[in-house]
Amino acid sequence: MATNVKAQAEAPPARGWYGVVLLAWLVPGGGHFLLKRPGRGALLLASVAIMFLLGLMMRGAMFQPQTGDVLTTIIYCGGFLGDLASGLFYLLTVWLGYAQPDMAGHVHDYGTKFLVAAGLLNVLAMVDAYEIATGEKE
Amino acid sequence: MPKMNLSHFEAAILFALFSSVVLGVITKRTDEERLRYGVRCFAYFVAALIGLGWLMKLGHG
Repeated sequence: MATNVKAQAEAPPARGWYGVVLLAWLVPGGGHFLLKRPGRGALLLASVAIMFLLGLMMRGAMFQPQTGDVLTTIIYCGGFLGDLASGLFYLLTVWLGYAQPDMAGHVHDYGTKFLVAAGLLNVLAMVDAYEIATGEKE
Repeated sequence: MPKMNLSHFEAAILFALFSSVVLGVITKRTDEERLRYGVRCFAYFVAALIGLGWLMKLGHG
């Protein structure tokens, strides 16, 4: 009985967080817009979008998942997940054919890192939106 | 799509700027705290960038 009460107390509030997190993934800052935090949502959207666009303009490459030795698996699968975390930006880039092949050169390398970093920043935004949706944070 | 060529320094500064904005927005509870934290993160990024740059230069001789 006491366990049930404790579990209910720890459970997220009735407001569903799935939709918030899904929207936060698809549109960076979208979760914050949905939760009526437009200022913060706009800052997140601008940061992730500009970083992603800079990565594309530097002709950064999108990672494709590859397995092999541990380092290859971590770099390529992790990089792919990082790219994927940008949500619609990643999907539109691939669908519209803007994904670049991997090329030698330091600027391309910066671009590849910018693309992954944009996705990772969006992961932070998704976690923040989740915490707001579940009431752990205001 | 236009092509952009950035130096390492310019790319690192832009990376620091946008990362600091996101870190500031998601970590603190009031707008003032967010602004302070974002500025502090950006200053740390730049200090690390310049410090590590000098370390590598001196290390190479």
